Amino acid sequence: MRYFPLTDSDREEMRKCLGIKDTRELFSDIPQDKAYYPLDHIPPAVPEDRLLETFKEIAKKNKFSEYLSFLGGGAYRHFIPEVVNHLSGKGEFVTPYTPYQPEVSQGSLQAMFEYQTMMAMLTGMDVSNASLYDGGTAAAEAALLVARKARKKNTILIARNLHPEYIEIIETYLRDLVELKIQYVDFERTTGTVNLEDLNKKVCDDCAGLLFQSPNFFGGVEDSQKISDILHGKDALSVQVVAEAMSLPFLKPAGQMGVDIVVGEAQSFGLPLGYGGPYLGFMTAKKDFVRQMPGRIVGETLDVEGKRGYVLTLSTREQHIKREKATSNICSNEAWCALRAGMYLATMGKTGLLKIAKSNHLNAAYFVKEIKKFPHVTVKYPKNFFNEIVLEINNMTVDDFTAKLEAKGILLGVPLKWFHKDYEKAVLVNFTEVHKKKDIDRLINAIGELK
Amino acid sequence: MNKLPELIFNESKEGKIGYSFSETEFPDDIISLDDQYRRDGQNLEDFPQLSEVEIVRHYTNLSHLNHSVDSGFYPLGSCTMKYNPKINEAIAGWEEFSAHPYAPLKLVQGNLEIMNTLEKWLKDVTGMAGFTLTPAAGAHGEFTGIKIIRAHLAAKGNPRKIILIPDSAHGTNPASAHFSGYEVKEIPSNENGILDVASLEAHLNEDVAALMMTNPNTLGVFERNIVEISQALHKNGSLLYMDGANMNAFMGIVKPGDLGVDVLHLNLHKTFSTPHGGGGPGSGPVGVTEELLPHLPVPVISKQGDLYHAAYFNKGLGRVKNFYGNFLIMVRALVYLMSIGKENLRKVAEDAVLNANYIRKNLENDLDLPYKFKSLHEVVFSDKGLNVKTLDIAKRLLDFGIHPFTVYFPLIVHGAMMIEPTETESKETLDIFIRTMKTILKEAAEDPAKLQNAPYSTPVRRLDEVLAARQLALKWEKKQE
Amino acid sequence: MSANVKDLKFTKEHEWVKTEGEIAIIGISDYAQKELGDVVYVELPAVGDSIEKGDACANIESVKAVSDIYSPVTGEIVEVNEFLAGKPETINKDPYGAGWVFKIRMDDSGELNTLMNAAAYEEYLKGILEEK
Repeated sequence: MRYFPLTDSDREEMRKCLGIKDTRELFSDIPQDKAYYPLDHIPPAVPEDRLLETFKEIAKKNKFSEYLSFLGGGAYRHFIPEVVNHLSGKGEFVTPYTPYQPEVSQGSLQAMFEYQTMMAMLTGMDVSNASLYDGGTAAAEAALLVARKARKKNTILIARNLHPEYIEIIETYLRDLVELKIQYVDFERTTGTVNLEDLNKKVCDDCAGLLFQSPNFFGGVEDSQKISDILHGKDALSVQVVAEAMSLPFLKPAGQMGVDIVVGEAQSFGLPLGYGGPYLGFMTAKKDFVRQMPGRIVGETLDVEGKRGYVLTLSTREQHIKREKATSNICSNEAWCALRAGMYLATMGKTGLLKIAKSNHLNAAYFVKEIKKFPHVTVKYPKNFFNEIVLEINNMTVDDFTAKLEAKGILLGVPLKWFHKDYEKAVLVNFTEVHKKKDIDRLINAIGELK
Repeated sequence: MNKLPELIFNESKEGKIGYSFSETEFPDDIISLDDQYRRDGQNLEDFPQLSEVEIVRHYTNLSHLNHSVDSGFYPLGSCTMKYNPKINEAIAGWEEFSAHPYAPLKLVQGNLEIMNTLEKWLKDVTGMAGFTLTPAAGAHGEFTGIKIIRAHLAAKGNPRKIILIPDSAHGTNPASAHFSGYEVKEIPSNENGILDVASLEAHLNEDVAALMMTNPNTLGVFERNIVEISQALHKNGSLLYMDGANMNAFMGIVKPGDLGVDVLHLNLHKTFSTPHGGGGPGSGPVGVTEELLPHLPVPVISKQGDLYHAAYFNKGLGRVKNFYGNFLIMVRALVYLMSIGKENLRKVAEDAVLNANYIRKNLENDLDLPYKFKSLHEVVFSDKGLNVKTLDIAKRLLDFGIHPFTVYFPLIVHGAMMIEPTETESKETLDIFIRTMKTILKEAAEDPAKLQNAPYSTPVRRLDEVLAARQLALKWEKKQE
Repeated sequence: MSANVKDLKFTKEHEWVKTEGEIAIIGISDYAQKELGDVVYVELPAVGDSIEKGDACANIESVKAVSDIYSPVTGEIVEVNEFLAGKPETINKDPYGAGWVFKIRMDDSGELNTLMNAAAYEEYLKGILEEK
């Protein structure tokens, strides 16, 4: 077996050194009646050539890549420059662990520091952590952070137009913490955005803060400033969730709209769809919140000779020191994904990011403009979107409509009836820079044929 | 060589381009966004602008500053820093696996097959009745597992209040229990570093929901009373949670399910060779007994006839993470299990344990061994009797190109040095490590200052963590002109 | 202010208390600051907070450790040492003076009777050191 460097004679020599005849003697504390059981399912070792064949066979059973896809809803296909794959694949980045020994981890640490800086710039915030698991768990961590920060306030407001999976995750995280209550703030059926009247009604003295998403689950851009003002009027915190990080370069930064904390999913920055993971949860905030943040944070310092260097800092927030009083139980996070995001952002650079983000929006805008000519479909919220829109099907069921497009090799989008019972007729359709005009025209024509 | 690259912001220059992508085919006048929401580059003035070759050099030079499994010995205890096979990486990178998580299930049968097969094989290794593969890391698995216990007890009428945790546990255990709504009670391990039934029973009452136990524990010692402990818990209506972080010690040798474990988590990034990535992504599948199956979180994958199916909504615990979890990590783990195969699975544990014991044997006369019981995949020494601290030895090891062991953990050992070589190290490497340790200990006796000022040959020397914490600099700031 | 150590009372958790009328001033002992190492951050209670005796109402952090400060008395926080926010190292430099942490208006100064005086605390420390 090529992963075992010990030879039989090594093993023999080592056993001799230990004064044992059989390696099994080392396991004698294990109940012997239960040890060395038969393995039922795992097959004998497969050599590398046959392994490739086996996985090629499995890969063939996936047909997704043969389709023109407009699926989004929290997972987005964006272009990834080859340098990102190349550089992030280096063993020196892939195979270390958390940089506990900073003297031999400056590569990972500096890259994380650069990532933190870029995320802070993109969101207009003061500080960023080094990553969380994904958008949904990052939102849940933000809810917990807000509750900690507000101390005696126990109600967390959640906008109903947050990604439904994020809501489910927040519910799972908060369910058993008896002191915390969730209250939902509704959205306007006419615009898909947060219902400010309902927010005004629900925000109360016991409210620690609100989690709202922008662009929201329906793709619409929220008025973060107005929302934050209402919250701050009641001394509650404003948390903006971002499920599509590609919107950041295009939209006014949350930090300039009164938002206190930004969390979300940064998969769009250099991570493949990967059937849903690993992705990249991020969190940035105003500096007042830094000591309540979950996860690793990298800081700059000096070595004994006065040379610049980086270390994990503010570790007293973390589980290995504060145990049950820590700000989170997180240990392993998504460091390598953050590394990739940093590489992606640096490679696209200022120019590339602004262009690519805008082309996401333009692709969606082109579709919205063109699709108006067909009365059998309607764009539900045709203004102030980023790269995702809700398309209502007026002439048949969503299942029939999407099945017909699928037969033409097109995946239209995410059926919203999965998540909202009022959206029986609607599909969430996503456009990114990977779609060319000819792809969008193909979709428009295919829809036209389903009159 | 090993020169510290400038921060990327300082290498940037207006006008440089590092990417190449088609220009948009549409004019700006179709933009459908009110001006008040638009960003015109605000806050991005100093965003990096570099050419491709400069990006490549920046990160390549950074990579040279890291110690990694690929570059040298990394015996970081409790982290199982084994070799990460390259074939795992290659296959996980295939385009075909990178589908959208909301793709129609019939278009992703291959992916569902991978998850279903991995689940089946993990059941084989652990003896559990079912798994969720969704949790993103070990601590996330703990959280999910304790939540499952809570849901199960609540369904029976009373979720109870307390999780018992031995004093040798990882910090994630109490933190995970706390975030699941439980009160944490620490129980002491005995003079041999393990938990005895009597001390457990003294803490058992009707409020105890479960015991979280790491096995083998953080001393590398097998919790030999586990079967009796499980029985005592069950008699009390409590459950046994096993932290499987150290599963590499007995993978294929004994199934936790046969020892009375009700819930456990595994770390695919430890035992199953997926890389640590500089601190993740990991994957922390949770296995449960038959009785607890209804409380697994979504999604739940099954095979119905010839087709794989995923129950995606409204079941059991609900959702703990987006989509299916860290799928591409699961692909790597499955490739590994297939490469290793049934006949080598036990050899993983046997060689890992043989390697650890070889180190123990060869250093036990040089270092204090606070707990004398047989140890499995790792050995924990203390700094008792030395005239330097554990940290000094660790820092000196860096000068010899060896990544230090885990320091100051477990907390029950004074100045702990926790050494886990794993099965993927040669005898030659172990011998070098042993010789190096002896050299360093000799240096410590003769010239402690040499250790206290180490390291000397690393890209930076000892860093001022106090300064970092007092004067927080958490991002690059433009120098004021 | 600078306190004469002999006038202080001590808790088993290594806090010191100085009384000025109904006000108790609280800090950590020299032994405690040495054990903790370089202090990098102090989390202070809010003025106006009502505190029960035994509540953890502040904490002091070094790089690798956190130490809670338990209030030895019941009462209301009337002042906190804001200076520590910018200069946490003051606790290391002058634990009995400029490194004080908070002031509390006591509900019942009788609660102080259970605390150790300076001599008793010194004995107590001796015991701890011997155990080590």
